[in-house]
Amino acid sequence: MAAQTLYDKLWQAHLVSTRDDGTSLLYIDRQLLHEVTSPQAFEGLRLAGRTPWRLDANLATADHNVPTTSLERSEGVDGIKDNVSRIQVMTLDDNCQSFGIELYSINDLRQGIVHVVGPEQGATLPGMTVVCGDSHTSTHGAFAALSHGIGTSEVEHVMATQCLLQRKMKNMQVRVEGELGRGVTAKDIVLAVIGKIGTAGGTGYAIEFAGSAIRDLSMEGRMTICNMSIEAGARVGLVAADETTFDYIRNRPFAPRAEQWDAAVAYWRNLVSDEGAHFDKIVELDAAEIEPQVTWGTSPEMVAGVHDSVPDPAQESDATKRRGIERALEYMGLEANQAITDIKLDCVFIGSCTNSRIEDLREAAKVAQGRRVASSVKLAMVVPGSGLVKKQAEKEGLDRIFKEAGFEWREPGCSMCLAMNADKLGAGEHCASTSNRNFEGRQGYGGRTHLVSPAMAAAAAIAGHFVDVRDFDQAPRAAVSA
Amino acid sequence: MQKFVRKEGLVAPLDRSNVDTDLIIPKQFLKSIKRSGFGPNLFDELRYLDEGYPGQDCSQRPKNPDFVLNQPRYEGASVLLARSNFGCGSSREHAPWALEDFGFKVIIAPSFADIFFNNAFKNGLLLITLDEETVDRLFKEVEANEGYRLDVDLDGQNVITPSGEQIPFEVDSFRKYCLQNGLDDIGITLEQADAIRTFEAQHKTEQPWLFRDA
Repeated sequence: MAAQTLYDKLWQAHLVSTRDDGTSLLYIDRQLLHEVTSPQAFEGLRLAGRTPWRLDANLATADHNVPTTSLERSEGVDGIKDNVSRIQVMTLDDNCQSFGIELYSINDLRQGIVHVVGPEQGATLPGMTVVCGDSHTSTHGAFAALSHGIGTSEVEHVMATQCLLQRKMKNMQVRVEGELGRGVTAKDIVLAVIGKIGTAGGTGYAIEFAGSAIRDLSMEGRMTICNMSIEAGARVGLVAADETTFDYIRNRPFAPRAEQWDAAVAYWRNLVSDEGAHFDKIVELDAAEIEPQVTWGTSPEMVAGVHDSVPDPAQESDATKRRGIERALEYMGLEANQAITDIKLDCVFIGSCTNSRIEDLREAAKVAQGRRVASSVKLAMVVPGSGLVKKQAEKEGLDRIFKEAGFEWREPGCSMCLAMNADKLGAGEHCASTSNRNFEGRQGYGGRTHLVSPAMAAAAAIAGHFVDVRDFDQAPRAAVSA
Repeated sequence: MQKFVRKEGLVAPLDRSNVDTDLIIPKQFLKSIKRSGFGPNLFDELRYLDEGYPGQDCSQRPKNPDFVLNQPRYEGASVLLARSNFGCGSSREHAPWALEDFGFKVIIAPSFADIFFNNAFKNGLLLITLDEETVDRLFKEVEANEGYRLDVDLDGQNVITPSGEQIPFEVDSFRKYCLQNGLDDIGITLEQADAIRTFEAQHKTEQPWLFRDA
């Protein structure tokens, strides 16, 4: 048999049928559900008198709308002040109860951002197909699982048929070789990739991230990278399975047990691209050359190294692109050629499905330890990705480090990544955010988002403007208070 | 879903690339548990001068006179002419729901984001990908000619300009069939229920750990 890519193998192992025009039925092993994109799908099932094909394939949690202050959380769903949000969370609870779907509701310790919860429970396994009505479902590809972000009609289709209608994508390999510099993280890799190939560079492709810099990453880092493959236009991001993958999964609640574990690992070892497999496109990056990244514009491709400057639209020859840069600078309130380190912050957000896992919080805490958030920063908040991440962080004393530094320590949810709950930016405010999208209005009407890594966000909070975290961690710091 | 055969309509040009679904329908409107009623909030942040909230009467809000869809010459447009990577970002199907509710039937652009592309077809919208040069030319024609209309023939896969020029386009035959017949694809997939069951049984034998009841 011809050499296959990891994507080819996963596709082949789930292919039920293919029509003449290439439209295929792909069997789905896991569907993750949340409150925003599922209500209309459940309603559709009801109206058509259909029932879910396979209940045990589904897992639900509320994340987009949930409040993150402990006061508002203390009363559970009933305590959500925003009526429309409360109804949406209640609707998820009701739907899961009436259809019999496993749910981690608002104050369950296992509740959290759906893309943190799935892997944390071992509900995302190598070799699986995973879908969720959320574009950041690409996250799960870090486990060598074929994951698609889908729309609500597709959520309904998967519930009813256990299949997704899909055409096969092309294969792209993004190879990152070498060692990352000190203070440079997975977030910087993926922002650098998006900067290089553009926000539509991966459209129509499944991107496999490979190379020594990727293999050296933890599962948290790999998830950050796959999470943002959609920001390069690729619905599917992938990383080959290896010991790091198996070690992460072992003993998690949904992980295979006993003799099934060995059989599963034997199967998973094959979840790599074969030697000589064909990729339609290959992109190479040298890890050592990647600087800490900061976005300056309103698309994730509008990104620069921390020591660079905001671009000058006058230097852009393409008219549509030039107008795009001009519009972005106007929206962001930035000047052409302004140094990135001159951008002052009003707010700092550490959280989201991109960067709210324990390792992310550890990296941010390392920078924050013994320091204080600048007085010019109105709000610096840390929002753990799940109740279990929060518990672990508290066990390690990270919450104390953040609180002593002046950060707010919140309850788990999507929070200010998309501002569907009360956590939002005011018009004109600049935010250093560990999330994934710097679109206009994303974090609040008129809000200005700059995407960075957790360590860079923490450093920006302390300095009040962007700084190179690598210079920063050599700076003297105050003694840690007891 | 309504059947799509041939649509003729006024064209509105949206001259910016990378239009994301947050821009098409901002997050506060995603709290609805319904599929309808998103039209008044389509492009909310571009269309109005204030911040919108769910359930509001939009007729009283201050409109941005510079935004293309607020210009009288584009009132009643049903064909949206757009730039590359239209519909990028979030998978929210509320974006095509809002476009459809507003009255759009066809969107023409040099490229579309993958998830949005799928979502749009499932709601009876026809997305047509034409090369950059052709789209650029259409932009110039629309802007130069008030009342510019296009005739979109799905059967013949042609966009027909006011001068009678025929611009052919590609569409997957399955998507075309579903649009032409207004079909819900769940029903079509369930015709293959036996094949799915057979696959599932084999899959369970090969990877039993994927099934919690195994």
